[in-house]
Amino acid sequence: MATVRFTSALERFLAAPPADVAGATVGEALAAVFEARPALRGYVLDDQGALRRHVAVYIDGKAVRDRIKLSDPIGAEDDIYVFQALTGG
Amino acid sequence: MPERLYVGTRKGLFELAPDNGHWDIAATHFLGDPVSAVLALGDTVYAALDLGHFGAKLWRRDGAGGWQELAAPAFPPKPEDAGDDPHPWSLGKIWVMEPGGVPGRLWAGTMPGGLFRSDDGGESWSLNEALWFMPERRQWQGVAGGEQPGISSVLIDPRNPDDIRVGVSTAGVWASTDGGASWSIINEGMYNEYMPPEQKGLPIAQDIHRLARCAAYPEVVWCQHHNGVFRSEDRGHNWHEITAIRPSKFGFAVAAHPRDPDTAWFVPAVKDERRIPMDGKVVVARTRDGGKSFDVLRSGLPQRYAYDLVWRHALAIDGSGERLAMGSTSGGLWISEDCGDNWSAPEARLPPISVVRFASN
Repeated sequence: MATVRFTSALERFLAAPPADVAGATVGEALAAVFEARPALRGYVLDDQGALRRHVAVYIDGKAVRDRIKLSDPIGAEDDIYVFQALTGG
Repeated sequence: MPERLYVGTRKGLFELAPDNGHWDIAATHFLGDPVSAVLALGDTVYAALDLGHFGAKLWRRDGAGGWQELAAPAFPPKPEDAGDDPHPWSLGKIWVMEPGGVPGRLWAGTMPGGLFRSDDGGESWSLNEALWFMPERRQWQGVAGGEQPGISSVLIDPRNPDDIRVGVSTAGVWASTDGGASWSIINEGMYNEYMPPEQKGLPIAQDIHRLARCAAYPEVVWCQHHNGVFRSEDRGHNWHEITAIRPSKFGFAVAAHPRDPDTAWFVPAVKDERRIPMDGKVVVARTRDGGKSFDVLRSGLPQRYAYDLVWRHALAIDGSGERLAMGSTSGGLWISEDCGDNWSAPEARLPPISVVRFASN
């Protein structure tokens, strides 16, 4: 199973512990996390299900390419990191 | 119910209470987070956050309880044939919240121009699709050159909760008399100086910075417009310009007296290219005769090298009609207990202020 880890910056607002989830794409992996923690979804995705403009997702060290449909494939042992894309001071 | 003033800033929400004749900060909330809107109904408080990375959020506190996050208003899935819509179908921020005149009902005006309604005290929200799907909505212009229009003002007739007026930057005044089932643009008589000549007078071209209505005489509506101050005596249909405003006609905020339809307050500034107080002096302009004349009030306000700007939602009046509060982009906060004649500031250096609001009974 892939592991999804979230930035500690979210802890101020809600719990976002690491989660081991199944899925063929990053979108499926995130959906599995949000199924268990629905309040987390709006912090990561916008109303249309795309990545928020200032949120970054990396799969084993590489930024996801499809930020709209989240179709990037993931491997069973991948580490997925969700964190804030720093823009500005 | 205790008296409270809520001040939403770039770095948190500040709760003020009277203390030995002075207002002082009694509590802080959401320190570090931008607050975009506040509504306090009795001891229930709503705070909208505009988190830079993680989007627009909505929290509620009931009485002495803790804050609870509510589901923020969200746009429905964007239809495939809406691909050329110039506005995003995703909540930018909650800009204003108002009670709907029916128990549990709230309205939220947002960027990018969606109007949302809750009938369960903010637990759930639905987009007013009648307004969002108006073909003219695609002509709404963004705020301050941005891509997102914003609903800055939602006026509910105190006698009829189905009678609604919304003010949009930049898209005029829209009205519904059937609770939001249908809408029309109604504002006549305004002009927009920066538009091409043939478009200056178009209702949809008007940048409605802020609307305020006299609660006791809801046919009287005041508007601080991008290009001046206007007043309507017929519920926002026909407007006439108030040219007596001093020291300038540009500004963002307006407050209407709850019972006297001839009394209103504005915070004038140098017009749009600069957006600073005239001569570095913070003043409030008050009319008591329907806009024929104005008092320029400055007692207790900074009068030397002051560059405070007061945004749309940062001038508030309470139900008495005598107590006002005002917050600025420089973090200045002033409160008046005598209709604006004299102002005092609590001891604090606050972050830039986006909204001030008294708790209503």
